[in-house]
Amino acid sequence: MTGFLTLLKKEVLRFWKVLLQTVAAPILTALLYLLIFSHVLEAHVQVYPGVGYTAFLMPGLIMMSLLQNAFANASSSLIQSKITGNIVFILLPPISHLEFFSAYLIASMLRGLAVGFGVMVVGMLFTPLPMAHPAWVLTYALLSGAAFGAIGILAGIWADKFDHLSGVQNFVIMPLTFLSGVFYSIHSLPVFWQTVSHFNPVFYMIDGFRYGFFGMADVSPWQGLAAVLPCTLVLAGAAWWMIRSGYKLRH
Amino acid sequence: MNPAVRVRGLEKHFPRVHALRGVDLEIAAGEFFALLGPNGAGKTTLISLLAGLTRASAGSAEIMGYDVVSQYREARRNLGVVPQELVFDPFFTVRESLQFQSGYFGLKHNDAWIDELLEHLGLTDKADTNMRRLSGGMKRRALVAQALVHKPPVIVLDEPTAGVDVELRQSLWAFIRSLNRQGHTILLTTHYLEEAETLCERVAMLKEGRIVALDRTANLLKAGAERRLELELDGPLPAFLTPRLKGREGERYLLDLPDYGELEGILAGLREAGVTVREMNVRQADLEDVFLSVMGRPPEGALPSPPAPLPEGEGSA
Repeated sequence: MTGFLTLLKKEVLRFWKVLLQTVAAPILTALLYLLIFSHVLEAHVQVYPGVGYTAFLMPGLIMMSLLQNAFANASSSLIQSKITGNIVFILLPPISHLEFFSAYLIASMLRGLAVGFGVMVVGMLFTPLPMAHPAWVLTYALLSGAAFGAIGILAGIWADKFDHLSGVQNFVIMPLTFLSGVFYSIHSLPVFWQTVSHFNPVFYMIDGFRYGFFGMADVSPWQGLAAVLPCTLVLAGAAWWMIRSGYKLRH
Repeated sequence: MNPAVRVRGLEKHFPRVHALRGVDLEIAAGEFFALLGPNGAGKTTLISLLAGLTRASAGSAEIMGYDVVSQYREARRNLGVVPQELVFDPFFTVRESLQFQSGYFGLKHNDAWIDELLEHLGLTDKADTNMRRLSGGMKRRALVAQALVHKPPVIVLDEPTAGVDVELRQSLWAFIRSLNRQGHTILLTTHYLEEAETLCERVAMLKEGRIVALDRTANLLKAGAERRLELELDGPLPAFLTPRLKGREGERYLLDLPDYGELEGILAGLREAGVTVREMNVRQADLEDVFLSVMGRPPEGALPSPPAPLPEGEGSA
């Protein structure tokens, strides 16, 4: 247990020591999206009755920041350790696969939650944000953070260089998150793209998260949960299995 | 009592390299043991297998009787590894790194021992310096400290003195020797054969993934290359010495000298022949000669380190 707690502490301190880059910067980025999009669209778009566009945008931005940072934490920590070689400090001690996996996953979730919470607090300075169902907000935040933390572990272990990682970031994570209803309701899409969106798990993460705030969304939060929960479990299982197998870590 | 290290039939195939081809090795608790071999012989692979950083294709390895795969927790708790590369975590100070390493080994209150380690390794005033800011030698010491936070009975050092200055090398060896005296088993790989010769009781030589020599250092030296007499004369080599001639470098003759007792006869013969000896040296076989002959390279007329007098003018610089 001490091994797990120490590794978790180290992983948290790793991003906490460079807070400006790992937490403050993504909060600022989200804030810029919020300012620009709400400036352009606030007067023209109303997705749900009684919900202003700025407020509508907030859960999407919070979730997007949470996902991207959960991914970034595990993946960049692992690739840095692999490239600099200091991963041996974790491979030499008697740390079990499960401890290794959970420490990286939880640290990633904490970074995602920290950024998401920061975006929420700063965003609330601009627009009031209701929270109809805090339990759904928390459920979706945790499950989605875990899913992307797991993707971060998978990508961080798989990647041999930073190039590989930015490939995943730019060609998988960014499109998945941007095309998932952060900035719009999928009901505004043509039917074909609505159908496509229903196969994007990130759509359910954002939609269910939004339901937690407004009590309304594109699909039912239970339907979303049925999509998100298996997805998180499969990704987390794959990440744990990859660590257990020693793939690219223990040759 | 279990041996500190036991390796049986160890094989390792990498995609393109057959790195270990059936290695058997036992190192008793308390030994100071050297693993020698040219680059690519499989030394680091063998160490990585002991440490669980690499998985064997066949065979088994045990640390203090614990299998490194099925009982990896116990095996790793008994093993401290100083890696060859100067690796460090740039986010943390020396003390933080040591505290984390202690925690990974399940130790909660380890500060007294960490302070002692810092003291022994001359790192006390660098304790709160970020790892990034340390010099190469200091990083090496920090690595040694990191390998010792959990007081492992078996300590493995992979080329610990590569690129380290003389002073640090000596203080490092003094420290490691004292650990050995306290009962720690030491397994090291090194390129500096004279280090292995002075420090280690037993030596294994690896070549292309196989152990080609394994014996007490003293026995290896005895059985190794013969003793040589180096002579510099003011005249030609008298005929009675030509059967002994093994090599020649300018004025310097290299003669076979199986027995010290023959030295007197040789000198008497030279006096009789009217030849004066300008310089004379008896060279004992060292581990380098043994190493070269085991590795199959002929110790060609070899004068590995002739104590050649400096050409004039260069001594003053």
